[in-house]
Amino acid sequence: MRESRQGGGPPTSAEWLRTDTPENDVVLSSRVRFARNFAGYPFLSRARRDDRKQVLARARRDILDGHVASRMMWIDLNETPPLERSLLVERHLISKQHAKGDEPRAVALSPDERLSIMVNEEDHLRIQVIRGGLSLDAAFEQIDKVDDRIEQQSDYAFSQRFGYLTACPTNVGTGVRVSVMLHLPGLKLTGEIEKVRRAAKGMSLAVRGFYGEGSEAVGDFFQLSNQTTLGKDERGLLADFEGDLVPKVVEYERLARRSLLDKRRVILDDKVHRALGTLLHARLLKSEEALEMLSYVRLGVLLNVIDGVDLATVNNLVLLTQPAHLQKALKRDLEQSERRIERATLVRQTLGGS
Amino acid sequence: MKRKCDRCSAEATVHEVMIRNGEKVEKHLCEACAREEGVAVASHAPINELITSFVMSQAGAQPAAKPGACAGCGMNFAEFRQSGLLGCSECYKAFEPQLGPMIERAHEGATHHTGKTPRRGVGAVDRQERIVVLRRQLSEAIAAEQYERAAALRDELLHVEKSPDGAGDQPPAKGGR
Repeated sequence: MRESRQGGGPPTSAEWLRTDTPENDVVLSSRVRFARNFAGYPFLSRARRDDRKQVLARARRDILDGHVASRMMWIDLNETPPLERSLLVERHLISKQHAKGDEPRAVALSPDERLSIMVNEEDHLRIQVIRGGLSLDAAFEQIDKVDDRIEQQSDYAFSQRFGYLTACPTNVGTGVRVSVMLHLPGLKLTGEIEKVRRAAKGMSLAVRGFYGEGSEAVGDFFQLSNQTTLGKDERGLLADFEGDLVPKVVEYERLARRSLLDKRRVILDDKVHRALGTLLHARLLKSEEALEMLSYVRLGVLLNVIDGVDLATVNNLVLLTQPAHLQKALKRDLEQSERRIERATLVRQTLGGS
Repeated sequence: MKRKCDRCSAEATVHEVMIRNGEKVEKHLCEACAREEGVAVASHAPINELITSFVMSQAGAQPAAKPGACAGCGMNFAEFRQSGLLGCSECYKAFEPQLGPMIERAHEGATHHTGKTPRRGVGAVDRQERIVVLRRQLSEAIAAEQYERAAALRDELLHVEKSPDGAGDQPPAKGGR
């Protein structure tokens, strides 16, 4: 589905890897997600195949004919090969769960990959807008309009008391999940990351890994998101995140990085150069190891500890070393052991190692 | 394999998981034992039963729904507790007595929605209920090969879905901002 745009190779420009976005030294991306269900159809746990098909047809009509955004692409996931589905997961456009199974389901995407709408995941619609850097307000403006357009055409399941009704009662109310992807190597190296975790827990925020729910934090990338959706309106939630919480974490991380430069320079230099050395010379690389090393190199680039590597290259490697992207680049399926060899080769060539 | 009640040999239909002093404590009970132990059971939800019997009488002979089941999709509360996922929008009404406190705990004491509301206004909520019931009646009529009745239901469904703001006279509203 992407060949027409990308000439066969894997696309490289994911919104969350751009280098010209606000606060992107710490905040890779901002995401707002709305969970919605159409009125009159059972939720997915009780939906028969025919119900799912009807929901799919309604969503397709509302999204494509209703012009929720220009040039939306419709991807029927049952007709999409597994490798392409994994590619969508790695680009944070669909969930791991949505990539699996053979029930009727789809995703609608905008060409710039900022907007994606999963159809028949846990809820009928999971609308998400993702923007590079700290841009929650912009993401919200966009998703709110998309939501309005769909709602002009179809009724959503809604109750006066509980708000937008969702399959899982933990999402009921606004149905809104706000999250930011943070890169916090400074806090990790200074040992203060646990304080952030505890503080986040105290404010009922969820701290997750690179791939969201159930994933571990690899390479010091963390996702911070709200856990409650009832009783606080969308604007209040955004104000908490963009006006208060995230800027505090950003400031905290920057302080940690400065303190590493000023007081623990040798330790910092060592970490960064060891990581670069591994990437320049390794013959076998697991994807977790690649991500971990790229995280340190990213820190080194941002703090001007190393030269000759730029931020865009590091950001792109974060994506291109993922299993599906690697296979897409080489245009063939690879065993895990082959992937480690090819990953190491790709990284060495990109960074000019030997 | 079906799990047996912790106290007798009947099938366990009530499942409770609690964290006590940091330890996970699970209870699996049949309905009778659960009542004796004072574990909340979907005991009586009179409004829900009224809806159920209403829908059933409209739809003709149907297999009897389990007591306390949702009129919209037939799910009962024990099934919800097992999966954590509700079956349809009507479940929120059917299980409101049990669900209300659970939702309150999950959302830090919040009991009511504030924020965006559908543009088509409050009337849309009444219409939703109508759509749910009509859609269910329609599939039942088709299953029972009552085609005349199905055609009438389909027309009514289309009519209800098309009406701009259903039964309500509310102006388009967007709250909470």
